[in-house]
Amino acid sequence: MRLAAAVVAAWLTVGVAQAADSIPQSLTGAKGDPARGRTIVTNRHVGLCLLCHSGPFPEERFQGTLAPDLKGAGTRWSEGQLRLRIVDSSRINPATIMPAYHRTEGLVRVAPAWRGKPVLTAEQIEDVVAFLMTLKD
Amino acid sequence: MRRLCVALGAIALAVSAFAAEIPPSDRRSGYDFMSRETRAMQDDDTANPGMLSVLEGGTLWTRKAGGAGKACADCHGDARTSMKGVAARHPSFDAARGRPVNLEQRINACRVDRQGTPPLAYESRELLALSAYVARQSRGRPIEIAVDARTQPFLDAGRATFHRRQGQLNLSCSQCHDDQWGRSLAGNTIPQAHPTGYPIYRLEWQAVGSLQRRLRNCFVGLRAEAYEYGAPELVDLELFLMWRARGMTFEAPAVRP
Repeated sequence: MRLAAAVVAAWLTVGVAQAADSIPQSLTGAKGDPARGRTIVTNRHVGLCLLCHSGPFPEERFQGTLAPDLKGAGTRWSEGQLRLRIVDSSRINPATIMPAYHRTEGLVRVAPAWRGKPVLTAEQIEDVVAFLMTLKD
Repeated sequence: MRRLCVALGAIALAVSAFAAEIPPSDRRSGYDFMSRETRAMQDDDTANPGMLSVLEGGTLWTRKAGGAGKACADCHGDARTSMKGVAARHPSFDAARGRPVNLEQRINACRVDRQGTPPLAYESRELLALSAYVARQSRGRPIEIAVDARTQPFLDAGRATFHRRQGQLNLSCSQCHDDQWGRSLAGNTIPQAHPTGYPIYRLEWQAVGSLQRRLRNCFVGLRAEAYEYGAPELVDLELFLMWRARGMTFEAPAVRP
């Protein structure tokens, strides 16, 4: 019995450690659509990604230089690591400038139009993750 | 040991959350980040659209208004001498209000108290013209913000706003303007946010606008609730920004992209 408890505790510890750098499970339980994900990433009013990031989007003239190039994101990170970094990058680095895309609590003076809403829905997050996984070096 | 780690972690966090202020020798006006064409537009009074507002303000300066039948010039005389350096010293402490007021509020206080006429609305053509005319008289002067025991709490409040993460995008002013200046936000170079030339003619607006209008634009960009025009929080932020730009050369009416 005591052994079982120890095993469970160890398993939990490992599980939590993994979860700290990753959200392995899809937020919707389904796979995202990479084509829709690309549209979200390049849309400056939806994904907002290219305000700060650059990426392999030759048709997009004005891209940001505040954050790492998205090229090769699918090689550098696992699907779960990308999901966590989009959902709430501050869980990895509290001082990050990257907005939490799927968090509504702990924010200050959110404009009424956006209050209580995440930047992206769970489905949109999965689409973006699926697209970024296609960005291999 | 553990307590030490926690303390060190907290210090590291505090340091990263409050990025170092830009050293004086590294400070740059937004002018320095502009294209050659936009700089030329600002430099040439006949090409600078803000000068139309200055000219209109010059007319208003001498026009009698309100029940008192007085013009600005009746008390202040020739603005070219009496208003020299005034805009570069605002916001400044107003004893009657017990807090700092910005240039627009100072003009409106004069209208209400001395001229006996209603205050002008924020961003109204007339208020922009009068403030542009007054601000023009500080061109070439250094920004001088006097900080004393009375103004210190308001300066501190402005500084706190500058460092507070806000809005759905959860960013502070400092995270862009202290830490990321010179880099590209969607193709636009992030300036250091020194209010050296307000009111400005902004190409994006195709109009002259106040510093508060510009600040509200940034809050909207953060998807944050923008403070109302004239809100004490915005005036405190103006005060902090002007203090942060102390010693820099005033250049109103500036042109910005």
